[in-house]
Amino acid sequence: MNQPGFPLLSIVLFVPLVGAVLVLLLRNNRAAAKAGALTVTGLELILIGVLWGFFDRHQAGLQFVDRLVWIEPLGISYLVGVDGVSLWFLFLTAFLCPVAVASSWRFLDSLPKADASWFLFFLLVLETGVLGVFAAADLVLFYLFWEAVLIPAYFLIGRWGGGRRVYAAVKFFLYTMAGSVLMLVALISLAVLHVQHTGVWTFDLTALVDLPIPWFAQLWLFLAFALAFAVKAPLWPLHTWLPDAYGESPAPVTILLAGILSKMGVYGLIRFCLPLFPDAVAFIRPWIWLLAVIGILYGSLVALSQRDMKQLVAYASLAHMNLIVAGVLAANAQGIQGALLQSVSHGLTIGILFLLVDLLEVRRGTRLIAEYGGLWKNMPRFGSLFLIVIMASIGLPGLSGFPGEFTLLVGIFQESTASAIFATVGIVLGAWYMLNLFRQTFTGPLERAENRAMPDLKRREAALILPAVVLMFVIGIVPNLILKPTHPTVDHLLNLAQERRVVWWDESGRYAWLDPNQP
Amino acid sequence: MEISIAPLNLLAIAPQIVVSVTALVVLLVGLFLPEEHRGRIAWPSLAGVLIAAGLLYYLWDRNDLTLSAMLRTDGYSLFLNLIILIAAALAILFSVDYAGRVRLPRTEYYSLLLLSTTGMMLMTAAVNLITLFLALEMLSIALYVLVGLNRAEQRSGEAAIKYLVLGAFSSGFLLYGMALVYGQVGSMALDDVRVHLLSTGSQSPVLLWLGLGLMLIGFGFKVALVPFHMWTPDVYQGAPTSVTAFMSAGTKVAGFAALGRVTLVAFSGLQNVWIWVLAVLAALTMTIGNLAALRQTNLKRMLAYSSIAHAGYVLVGLTAANRTGLDAVFFYLFIYAFMNTGAFAVLIAAHRLGSSPVAGENLDDLAGLAEHRPWLAAAMALLMFSLTGVPPLAGFLGKLYLFSAAVEAGLIWLAILGVLNSVVSAYYYLRVVVTMYMRDKKGAEVVPAPLCPALQLGIAVAAIATVFWGLWPASILNLVTITTRSFFGG
Repeated sequence: MNQPGFPLLSIVLFVPLVGAVLVLLLRNNRAAAKAGALTVTGLELILIGVLWGFFDRHQAGLQFVDRLVWIEPLGISYLVGVDGVSLWFLFLTAFLCPVAVASSWRFLDSLPKADASWFLFFLLVLETGVLGVFAAADLVLFYLFWEAVLIPAYFLIGRWGGGRRVYAAVKFFLYTMAGSVLMLVALISLAVLHVQHTGVWTFDLTALVDLPIPWFAQLWLFLAFALAFAVKAPLWPLHTWLPDAYGESPAPVTILLAGILSKMGVYGLIRFCLPLFPDAVAFIRPWIWLLAVIGILYGSLVALSQRDMKQLVAYASLAHMNLIVAGVLAANAQGIQGALLQSVSHGLTIGILFLLVDLLEVRRGTRLIAEYGGLWKNMPRFGSLFLIVIMASIGLPGLSGFPGEFTLLVGIFQESTASAIFATVGIVLGAWYMLNLFRQTFTGPLERAENRAMPDLKRREAALILPAVVLMFVIGIVPNLILKPTHPTVDHLLNLAQERRVVWWDESGRYAWLDPNQP
Repeated sequence: MEISIAPLNLLAIAPQIVVSVTALVVLLVGLFLPEEHRGRIAWPSLAGVLIAAGLLYYLWDRNDLTLSAMLRTDGYSLFLNLIILIAAALAILFSVDYAGRVRLPRTEYYSLLLLSTTGMMLMTAAVNLITLFLALEMLSIALYVLVGLNRAEQRSGEAAIKYLVLGAFSSGFLLYGMALVYGQVGSMALDDVRVHLLSTGSQSPVLLWLGLGLMLIGFGFKVALVPFHMWTPDVYQGAPTSVTAFMSAGTKVAGFAALGRVTLVAFSGLQNVWIWVLAVLAALTMTIGNLAALRQTNLKRMLAYSSIAHAGYVLVGLTAANRTGLDAVFFYLFIYAFMNTGAFAVLIAAHRLGSSPVAGENLDDLAGLAEHRPWLAAAMALLMFSLTGVPPLAGFLGKLYLFSAAVEAGLIWLAILGVLNSVVSAYYYLRVVVTMYMRDKKGAEVVPAPLCPALQLGIAVAAIATVFWGLWPASILNLVTITTRSFFGG
């Protein structure tokens, strides 16, 4: 153990919150507020780097654990920790937030001063919320962060979004909340189960994973948890909030929604569903694979037919996320590690794609693909970056999408050949619509005068995008950089699930759910 | 023969005495003050309330039976009295400017407010059906007058008549129920009823069942449980807003205090029966309250229905009938007092910002509030999110606690219904936030009126309370758990 002697993780969690208050205090000085927000998110990235430095990659359990009794009578504590599963989600969050803040520069200039500060305030609160989700090891604390994320996201969409922003924000809020509340009852039930077994109230995940959960209870608890995660990811057919929310949000918010908020669902599945309810996972996953495969194909086909490029990217994101969910439920090392790797890769590529689409929209004032064409001639640098990101997204070897998708498919293939085949079809479709997007916007004759007037990539924009692109190459070439630290945790997780399955799942256990009293 | 007179332990009911004496003093002082200075009466009233709260602290560890075993000063009553006093103090802060502006007769107003508070505080301590009834009437009669005190408003009088008639009707039920219980047990003391039931068990005669049923109807009216809630929206809408704020919190606390003592103490022997009655009432109350609130565009009516729904949530905790449940009820009532009175206070502020007599009552009146009153809007948003039960605000912890109790008691279906109801409620609470933050003010120009500092203080206290006790609930939960431990004798 080479842990620091101070609560590093808690500092990481609450620096953005402090920054949020700071930004609010600077609401009469737009430039200072912007600089402050960027500094705080940058500092956050550095802190995550420090955390990575201290992280022991040979250890499976939680590291950097901070524990504080919070609500004693119910055994709820402030309990946070990092392991191989959460590490990269934290990193992704810390990486995308400065990008989002920096990409909101011009947008902020169009807002009144106080409004600009409030926008950054909610952005930073959102960062704390998401980081908290990825670090919480107490179920109530997890739920608290999970739901608390809704408030800033709701304001960001509803106050600063496009024409149908109010509709999109309310839909997003209600949809996600409706999906999550059953998880609240489920986690209370877990704690009550623990009380019945041991007489002690606790919501500590590390204690609850030792709890024998009867098969029937596993089934509905899993469904309640999975519903919340499936809405967030989103799994088809629970995705209908997505086109509205992604489409109406201002670009920086879309980056965060698609880049990191969707990963909360994946993370939840890995962190809670796999170790807690292994039998239920094994029983229900064929149905989830079915939904995921439909989601992959549906997302890809709808993306193919989109005329609006932001919507195209939104549906592409839907397809990719469904593939990741399918991989998680393979519940083997490849599936989970692929899901982790692809989550990072997807967060980077989809976030940057939304950013690039926004840059085009800002230059030209439209998102309709048909309005563009031949941009390569006057925007070669922009075009080449766009092409690299697209290639990373569709999984060209050497870029980040490839190792992720490949590992995922290997994982799925071991458990369900049919799902893997359909998923591969989806990947092919993915290449089709993405390259189509590139072809229609950047190649061909440069006919329209408005398009001819579009300036190429500016230096500041390049500075915003290049780090992510470099990272795409790095992950594509040395995926082990990401995968190595996750090994022990993933193995531990699978062992845990396996042990628990042995107890509750035998040949006759398959039908035991008919009798709720069966163990 | 020796005549023994039980020693009058007046100290045990000192808080109630202080509040009632303040009410009388206020009434007298008002006589000698010219009309334009009567607004100052708020301050001695507030002082009385605060002194009473201080006395609660002094009495904290007591468990005294006093006035010939008619009242019990224990943790149960002391904690609930604290909530009632908080609601009263907030209501007084909200009234400083409002009561003068809508031309309420202020001497009577503050005096009645304090008398009603006294009634509520006696009700939490009542351990005899007689005192229970007297306390209930004391708080109710004062409230009947308070509701109708705005003589310039026709709706105020209408609300008062409605409240009076239905209130009297419900008192009839309650009294009849009490009479039946007395007929069987031969005593009005709750402890005697409990002892009687322990000896008869579930073989107890039909008189007791009937008595309990009629009493539940009576209390159901007071705390506005469905299907006895019909009066609530009209009365809450018609009453002066500061009175609505006060009664929506205070009456519920007093009503649940009595309901708790009657069910958990007196009728604990019939627990397996009333649990199901209460569970059904809780389910109906949450669901109907929330569904009806969805359709309201008048904010006072919307909050009225929302308060019905919250009575349903609280009842879930009582239904659980375990220690966690009582913890949850206490904690929820505590934060509810801040959330709900705070929300009504924002309406009072919005009334100040408008020009018509019903300004601040309609949803549209809040349009664009975030632009010209950012802090007021932020406070209202916090209160709305807390009422919805979104973490990290106190409303979330309250609900978590309530539903934990329900699951622990094996009432998972009630917990599921409860969380689904939270989603329904999110829709209408969010609509308020949408109106404030995402719609522009149209039509009438903004009145740049300064808000009364007392009102601002009250709203700030309420809003900060929802944040503070959402993040640091330990301070209040420690009090709660000590209280319930003594109540369950553990």
